[in-house]
Amino acid sequence: MKFGVLVFPGSNCDQDTYHVIAEVAKQPVTFLWHDSASLENCDAILVPGGFAYGDYLRTGAIARFSPVMQSVKKFAADGGLVMGICNGFQILCESGLLPGALMRNAGLRYICKQVHLRTETTVTPFTHLLKKGQVLQLPIGHMEGNYFCDDATLATLQREDRVVFRYATPEGDVTAAANPNGSRDNIAGIVNEGRNVLGMMPHPDRSSEALLGSADGWGIFGSLVDSLAAKA
Amino acid sequence: MAPSPTTITPELLQQHGITAGEYQRIEAALGRVPSLTELGIYSVMWSEHCSYKSSRVHLKRLPTESARVVQGPGENAGIIDVGDGWACAFKIESHNHPSYIEPFQGAATGVGGILRDIFTMGARPLAVMDSLRFGPVREEEASEADKPLLHKNQSILEGVVHGIAAYGNCFGVPNLGGETKFESCYSGNPLVNAFALGLVRRDEIFYAKATGVGNPVIYVGAKTGRDGIHGATMASEEFKEGSEQKRPNVQVGDPFMEKLLLEACLEAMKTGAVVGIQDMGAAGLTSSSCEMGARGGVGIDMDLDKVPQRETGMNAYELMLSESQERMLLVAEKGREDEVLKVFTKWGLDGVIVGEVIAEPRLRIWRNGVLEADIPNTSLTDEAPKYHRPVGEWKAPVPVDPPAEVLEALKQPRDYTADLKKLLAGSNICSKRWVYEQYDSMVQTNTVEGPGGEAGVMRIKDSGAPGHERGLAMALAGNGRWCYLDPKLGAMQAVAEAARKVACTGATPVATTNCLNFGNPEKPEIMAQLSAAIDGMAEACRALGAPVTGGNVSLYNETRGEGIYPTPVIGIVGVLDDVTKAVGSDFQRAGEEIFLIGSDIATEIAPIALKSFGSSEFAKLVLGKIWGNPPNHLELDGAAQLNQCLVKLAAEGLITTAFDVNDGGIAVALAEASFGKGIGVNAEVIPIADAPVELSLFGEYASQVVITCSSENAEKVRDIVFGYSELTAHRIGETVIDTFTISVASGIAADAQGKVISCTVNELRKPWATSLDTVLEAEVFV
Repeated sequence: MKFGVLVFPGSNCDQDTYHVIAEVAKQPVTFLWHDSASLENCDAILVPGGFAYGDYLRTGAIARFSPVMQSVKKFAADGGLVMGICNGFQILCESGLLPGALMRNAGLRYICKQVHLRTETTVTPFTHLLKKGQVLQLPIGHMEGNYFCDDATLATLQREDRVVFRYATPEGDVTAAANPNGSRDNIAGIVNEGRNVLGMMPHPDRSSEALLGSADGWGIFGSLVDSLAAKA
Repeated sequence: MAPSPTTITPELLQQHGITAGEYQRIEAALGRVPSLTELGIYSVMWSEHCSYKSSRVHLKRLPTESARVVQGPGENAGIIDVGDGWACAFKIESHNHPSYIEPFQGAATGVGGILRDIFTMGARPLAVMDSLRFGPVREEEASEADKPLLHKNQSILEGVVHGIAAYGNCFGVPNLGGETKFESCYSGNPLVNAFALGLVRRDEIFYAKATGVGNPVIYVGAKTGRDGIHGATMASEEFKEGSEQKRPNVQVGDPFMEKLLLEACLEAMKTGAVVGIQDMGAAGLTSSSCEMGARGGVGIDMDLDKVPQRETGMNAYELMLSESQERMLLVAEKGREDEVLKVFTKWGLDGVIVGEVIAEPRLRIWRNGVLEADIPNTSLTDEAPKYHRPVGEWKAPVPVDPPAEVLEALKQPRDYTADLKKLLAGSNICSKRWVYEQYDSMVQTNTVEGPGGEAGVMRIKDSGAPGHERGLAMALAGNGRWCYLDPKLGAMQAVAEAARKVACTGATPVATTNCLNFGNPEKPEIMAQLSAAIDGMAEACRALGAPVTGGNVSLYNETRGEGIYPTPVIGIVGVLDDVTKAVGSDFQRAGEEIFLIGSDIATEIAPIALKSFGSSEFAKLVLGKIWGNPPNHLELDGAAQLNQCLVKLAAEGLITTAFDVNDGGIAVALAEASFGKGIGVNAEVIPIADAPVELSLFGEYASQVVITCSSENAEKVRDIVFGYSELTAHRIGETVIDTFTISVASGIAADAQGKVISCTVNELRKPWATSLDTVLEAEVFV
């Protein structure tokens, strides 16, 4: 089992994601440079947070053209597991691996704080060890986390059980007040049609050790590690 | 052959901020009339901002050594040993003047500049904090004179916060807190002091020193444009009518470029081919080249034609004085330059050989084949003017005794619960969530205590025992009003407060950085403030075992002749042997015992306490007057013991909360600790004989900390505290669910006995939590 963490110029959660895999999951992990098309035989690809290419033009808009993303698209099409966190989610949407877009937060400001998520589906390789309806406390840190898609896409996501996380109250109620950024339908994370590509705005990489205030994010990495172990 | 002399006129010297006497020294150092480029170079290097010419003779009095200090003042940042082979580089710096003229870019480039100071030493920046001062933003707190400025103050605050957020968030460094305070004196002159801290292996530190004759000098990073020319000189004069026209002098930041520069520099350093490196901060190419040469006792010969340029037609004068951001100058080992250049190519950055190290200790600058400057390095650095400016006699700015109307007001019955709510909504005390939620406080996954607590706490990966890594705690403090009322005592209190906040987390305070924000040093009364504040800092840093490793002096903080409060901002860093033992500042659960430890409030004497009450938030916000002096019985021995005691209590795992009693006194401190988890108190505060009850509830006294512990541990806690000769512990109550009740013990006037504050935690939280939002959210939709 080998993980690859993409590194774009401006990625800044690459080391955090690497740390979780190497030190918490204790699994082999390597950095993959944006300029190289090789995924070095990795079994799962993590697209980390940050400001790839400075987020110039639009978040993720330049990253989608990088050589490494062309390989990631093929990898995903072949059923490879891909997980994008924060800027990684934005890049996956721009690349067409996930539907919809992430707009500027409704309050027009960057927000960094702990939020609560309700686990909406456990039928994914990223959440199968969680319980449906389980509430997780994870931090967000973004300026553009306001998920948007058209009505038809939203209906598809709902019908196909592809909304993975919704912003919720600590009790698990999905309310407008619990929505920090104006996301449509309180969406915090979704999977693709094949259920092998996950994108989410909150940071499980920042919440996989109790010392950092919450270890709830570990449920996601733990599921991913378990899925890969089952595949091997 | 010498650079061609320019025509010296009084106007030309005045434009460059050079006095007639200073010009004589320039001619003597060169042995001839300078060229225009040379005059420009002297002008920036001898500016107050770069040369510290007014403060240097006083800064010498600060203690700068200890077993932990690896690098004291004089480098880009101070460095201390934090154990397990790790060293910590940290520093605070001001960006006050640019932030007034262009708040967003001024504050953003302030963050950028301090980050470069850290990574130029080989350290990866792992935390930033900010100390901010603005004019009033709440109508309730504005005087008639302040009212027309409210809107401007709000927009400066918004611009500064957005600038700090935009830069730090993109760069990827967590913001662990700091302080945001408001006073009328900062209306025309906000303070933006940015602190940064990084970690480096002790044997991998880099210095800003050029060595090795023949070694190539390499320019890396962003291209040079015309921005920021004379920024350093701008920061060295008062603001006058029309200062806004200096906006083109403010640099523009690009945090993405800085992030690339960080990664490329750290990677280039790993090649082993980098000899010395310095960032191009104030005075850009000029300061980096002459300072690196001066430190190494060598010279630098530079061809400006090779400098990457963003604009066409720039002359030597403009290239040398530009303050374009995100640039570094480094010296590489001859023959290995390609190893270094390759790294910068990988990161898509310019990396160009622009000159070489020469034996003669001179700065030699060429442009279009013409020698434009040829200056002895040390005449720009060590031999720059140092002034023993006249130090006036300090006079108390306000009466020491409380005004008659205050004494009268203190005799009247009051609604103390309403007073507490008013204090909690006050801009100096209220929640700064609106500010810090805009900062990424968690990137790098080391944040154990983020903004909003006593001090920022982070773990050090790859240190200590697995799961029990070492930690660093850091805090900023600087009460301008206290320094205004007594600069020496105020500065001592600032050091003591920052150290105490660090100790509250369980960390041992070990080193200090400082940013001295003062007015015009040409005024003897300002020099009196500066000199006294430095004396106070020196005494406190020595007593608390936290030597000064660097910092910054910002003078001429005046607008139209009105000076700011003298504001020394102190940053203190502490070390935690096991970060899992860090103590937080929110009450954890109901049913715990609350102790007030430290100096003994019961020994306060009414007339003295009444004088120091005049420096409190209560005096200013509720009574609308200030008088007297800061808390004046700061016993440094006791302060040092209190810090040691807190470290011991945390290390033994005996306490669940620790927080400093400061702005707003004990009532505010207890309320703030209640908000996190909705755990309130049932407490009885200590009376001061013959003094109004307000002094017990809202008085601010030095060296007092509130701690909580379980009943089982109470005896042990008490024993430990009383083991220190200068400390005392009073049990003042217990934590409870939801309600907040404070009474005052018997011994005072009967009508003030009983429950003086009684309400729910939620009733208190609302004014505290929403105060800034109410002002600033409305602003967005105007």
